[in-house]
Order: sequence, then C-alpha cells, then structure tokens
Amino acid sequence: MPNPKRRHSKARRDRRRAHDHLRQPVLSECPHCHEMKLPHQACPHCGYYRDREAILVEEQA
Amino acid sequence: MPTPTKGPRLGGGPAHERLMLANLAASLFEHKRITTTVTKAKRLKPYAERLVTFAKRGDLASRRRVLGLISNKGIVHELFTDIAQAVENRDGGYTRITKIGNRKGDNAPMAVIELVLEPVSAKQAVVAEATSAAKRDADKKEAAAAAPVAEEAPETEAAEAPAEEAPAAEEAATEEAPTAEEAAEAPAAEEKDAK
Repeated sequence: MPNPKRRHSKARRDRRRAHDHLRQPVLSECPHCHEMKLPHQACPHCGYYRDREAILVEEQA
Repeated sequence: MPTPTKGPRLGGGPAHERLMLANLAASLFEHKRITTTVTKAKRLKPYAERLVTFAKRGDLASRRRVLGLISNKGIVHELFTDIAQAVENRDGGYTRITKIGNRKGDNAPMAVIELVLEPVSAKQAVVAEATSAAKRDADKKEAAAAAPVAEEAPETEAAEAPAEEAPAAEEAATEEAPTAEEAAEAPAAEEKDAK
C-alpha cells in the first residue's frame, strides 16, 4: 500500500485550511415584521411573503 | 426524438413518477394547498395547470382524460365545477409556489404550492380591459365599414359563453353529456352562421 513519505508540517496543514470557513447566509429584511429572513422565501417569523400573501400557518410558541 | 422532461425526474422510475405527480395533483385539488419539496412542487406546477385547463374546457372528453390520470371521481368533479369556475377569468398561472425554508431532518428545501383561487384583481382586470379596448379600436380603424359587426361580436360571445358552459358542466356530471353537448352546440353553430 502506498503511504505518505513525509509528515506535513503544521504550516502546510494550516495553509491548506486557509480557505476552510463557513459563510454567513445572505439575509434580507422582512417587509412585514422587519426580522431578517432568507431572500425569496416566506418569512419564518411572521409567515408572510410578498405583502399580504400569508402562506404559513404560524403558531406562537 | 421526444422532448426531455423539464426539471428533475422523481421517484424510482417512470411509473413511480407518473403516480407521484397524479397523487400530488389530486391532493392539491382536494386541499387547495399542499406542502411538499420545492422539486416536487416545480414538477407539479405545469402538470396541475394542464389539468385545470382541461377542467376549464369542461367537456366530457377532457373529463375522461383527467379521469385517466386522477381516479378519484369526487376530486375530479370538484376540479371541473368549483376550481374551474374560480379560475374562469384567469389566463394561466393557476398555481403559486412559495418557498418556506428547509425541512428539519434532511434539510430538504420545502415549498407550499397552492391554487390561485382569488378573483383576478381590479388592476389586472383594468389592464385586460384596456388591451381588449385597444384591440377593438384597431379593428375599428381597419374595418370602418364592418365596425358594428365587430363591436357586437365580443358581447354576444361573452353572453353566450357562461350560458353554454353551465349546462354542459352539469350534464357531464350526470354522464349524459352527448345529448347536452349537441343541444349546447346547436345555438353556438347558429351564432357563427349569423356572423
């Protein structure tokens, strides 16, 4: 079985991981309840999408 | 070469896909609004709208075509009476998909697909009216001599259409359509001759 010939240094490892990061999701403000929501999706806070187009049955916890 | 299906394939095979689309459409017509994955909703939209178009046509042949896909007679009846009547003035776009975020469990993007049953808004009606008026004006200018005929035609047609559709739909429900359709079509044919 082929095996690594040499151990990789910490610097090499860390450089490889330089681009490993999570991205913040893009959010837009809900025009109805002014919470942040994902664009092109119904607002999970108030259940509204596009003015009065209430789509979700949203029960208060 | 057959036209490829628009959108991703569903299910384990063609039969599975056919059944799934038919069942989704039946559920949509039964409940008017269903929650499903975005992928299924997108495949369902053209399928369901085509069935609504059949329903708006309302004759026995189209009813049988729909019954070949959705076997529940109650749902098909509802489609041909209530739903077809509710979307009478709407030119396509009978369904609406709203994305509602990802499902807990498998993180699948979910959507609500619903029938657009509210009447066409006043603004849309005004726009439709304006386009038809403009068209009428254009027709008038083109055929100044034949103007009265052209003006009368849309009105008589409009008056004729509901009267014609209502008995046809009812008779089809009781499976007596052939006679009813002949009766309904006879005046229509006369209409055309008169023009």
